Amino acid sequence: MLKIENLQARIEEKEILRGINLDIKPGEVHAIMGPNGSGKSTLASVLAGREDYEVTGGSVDFLGKDLLELSPEDRAKEGLFLAFQYPVEIPGVSTTNFMKTALNEKRKYHGLDPLDAAQFLKLMKEKMKLVQIDQALLSRSLNEGFSGGEKKRNEIFQMAMLEPKLAILDETDSGLDIDALRIVANGVNQLRSKDNSFLVVTHYQRLLEYIVPDYVHVLYKGRIVKSGTKDLALELEERGYDFIKEEVDQAIA
Amino acid sequence: MDVKSNLKTAYSQQEGNSTHLASFQTENWKTFSGMGIPALKHEEWKYIPVKNIFKDEMNIAIESSNLEDTIIKKSILPGTEEANTIVFFNGRFQADHSIIHEKDALVVKSLETAAGDEDALFVEEHLGHSQAYHPDGVNALNGAFASGGAFIKLKKGKSLLQPLIIYHFSDSSNGFRFSQPRILASIEANAQITIVETYINIGGGESFTNEVIEICTGRDSITRYIKLQNEGKHSNHTGTTHVRQLERSNTHAVTITLDGAIVRNNLNMVMEDEHAESHMYGLYLLNGNTIADNHTIVDNRMPHCESNELYKGIMDDQSTGVFNGKIFVRKDSQKTNAYQSNKNILIGDQASANTKPQLEIFADDVKCSHGCTIGKLDEDALFYLRARGISEKNAKALLLQAFASDILGQIEHEAIKNYIEQLISERLSFQA
Ligand SMILES: Nc1ncnc2c1ncn2[C@@H]1O[C@H](COP(=O)(O)OP(=O)(O)OP(=O)(O)O)[C@@H](O)[C@H]1O
Ligand SMILES: [Mg+2]
Repeated sequence: MLKIENLQARIEEKEILRGINLDIKPGEVHAIMGPNGSGKSTLASVLAGREDYEVTGGSVDFLGKDLLELSPEDRAKEGLFLAFQYPVEIPGVSTTNFMKTALNEKRKYHGLDPLDAAQFLKLMKEKMKLVQIDQALLSRSLNEGFSGGEKKRNEIFQMAMLEPKLAILDETDSGLDIDALRIVANGVNQLRSKDNSFLVVTHYQRLLEYIVPDYVHVLYKGRIVKSGTKDLALELEERGYDFIKEEVDQAIA
Repeated sequence: MDVKSNLKTAYSQQEGNSTHLASFQTENWKTFSGMGIPALKHEEWKYIPVKNIFKDEMNIAIESSNLEDTIIKKSILPGTEEANTIVFFNGRFQADHSIIHEKDALVVKSLETAAGDEDALFVEEHLGHSQAYHPDGVNALNGAFASGGAFIKLKKGKSLLQPLIIYHFSDSSNGFRFSQPRILASIEANAQITIVETYINIGGGESFTNEVIEICTGRDSITRYIKLQNEGKHSNHTGTTHVRQLERSNTHAVTITLDGAIVRNNLNMVMEDEHAESHMYGLYLLNGNTIADNHTIVDNRMPHCESNELYKGIMDDQSTGVFNGKIFVRKDSQKTNAYQSNKNILIGDQASANTKPQLEIFADDVKCSHGCTIGKLDEDALFYLRARGISEKNAKALLLQAFASDILGQIEHEAIKNYIEQLISERLSFQA
């Protein structure tokens, strides 16, 4: 599904990703953990095609295509989805209108007819139920004045609508209350199949109890410094990052 | 022949009459002859090379209309087939082509007629009131040709069911056409009206419309006013919309500029009585070499008046958007509330925006605020939309439509709003 080899990226002369290797197979769920500022969101942004970051080395293969060659919109149309850590507020654009545009552009790209109003509405109703999001919220300006939790739920709603092959969730669990967390996890699990993969960035083991990962990686100073199973997340929860940081910093020194 | 002699010939072509209108025209011709056309060094015209519009080959001759009904039909704004309409052709009011359905409420006649009948006093009192606010040759030149104007009266206590739409046709098929429409309107006490003005250049040549519309809004009246400009790259425009507001009258103006060569809009709200209220909204969506300049004035002459103003500009290519907002609060105008905001987005690398708030406040117990911004499209928002699979072009269009939406939302008439939304969507080449 996604094969990242020695990916390096920087922003304004600052090296942030220093050689990432990651191989995600269809149906797998990978979790990425790591201290603040280690480069998790940067990795997510580079994969989604944010142009502020300059890729200085390495390659990314997504379903047989050179991902780094594609525009952000084409990456999305090919089946990549990023749930943003900080969803943007866009006054004057409703989620409904924006989703309709996004969905129909994607359909067109794949040679499908656009959904008409009724079909779109039906799909929306179905997905709204899945993430228990209110119609009123979706008619409002995109994310404007949404609570932190509402924004995150809206990201998952959009994911459900677009049915991506690979979804990257960047701290979607942050700021969610227990119920919302369960709803979000439920939304993800409903989409899980042998064909879909997830890359879940989180600070908390809690989410991984609901979305059980196949692999857990630790990102530190722009590299994946440790990989393991879900037990690694448990260990991190207990011991913190210090023991890993020490190992890595010693190895570098 | 040069432009001056052309103007003079056309001026003397007008048939004389013995009303106030004749002396008004003579006065204005004198003023124009003395002042001429404002140059760029004129503070109020510094972004508008209005002198360049006046060309020797400009055709100002007063000719009888050969306007065909099919052309008018084609230009009717979609969804307004039932509206009351006034037609101007080359700057002259065309009674024959104007259709007033709501005759018990609405009187429309030539300014010349009004100057000689029971409305003569009103004409004498109000015609030319804008001149004090625009003491320049452009305003005076229009006044000199006021004989072709129209007079509108909405009777006391009447509410129009349908809007009154004024179509200004300029026929440029025989060369550069200069038109100077003049309108005087009386919205009497407790009356309600929606007035729409729009401009059509037929013939595909160059055109220049220099318009003055003066409106007096009576006690407790409500006036909605929409000015829609989408004439094309060969059409120049200088226009003044001047409103005198009486007690508790409410005026709501929306000015939409989508196209043109050189465009100048003056919008004046003169609060002559207490508790008058005005709302002024504007959207200019420009491309190519268009220069559009919106000058607004709110003159608070009495206490307890309120004004609200929001103008938004989107400039692509080499276009220039100018906003100048004057708010005067006179000495006795305590408890004035006046808000003003101007926001601009530059898309084209060569595009520019100039914005200048001008507040002159001589009373102490007032609330006034103003703000202006000039920026680019929000990169984070753009990326967010693209990351969902929306093409860059559509993402930009969505964001710009959103930027414009609060101005369009001010247009109450659904069909007209939808029509303008569609024009904007086409301009931004949004592909559903
Ligand atoms: N636009 C930018 N300009 C300069 N530095 C940046 C920029 N974006 C990110 N960085 C830096 O890159 C580093 C990695 O940031 P990133 O957001 O990827 O971390 P993260 O692992 O997601 O952290 P967190 O857990 O706090 O979300 C940080 O030191 C950050 O300050
Ligand atoms: Mg982050």
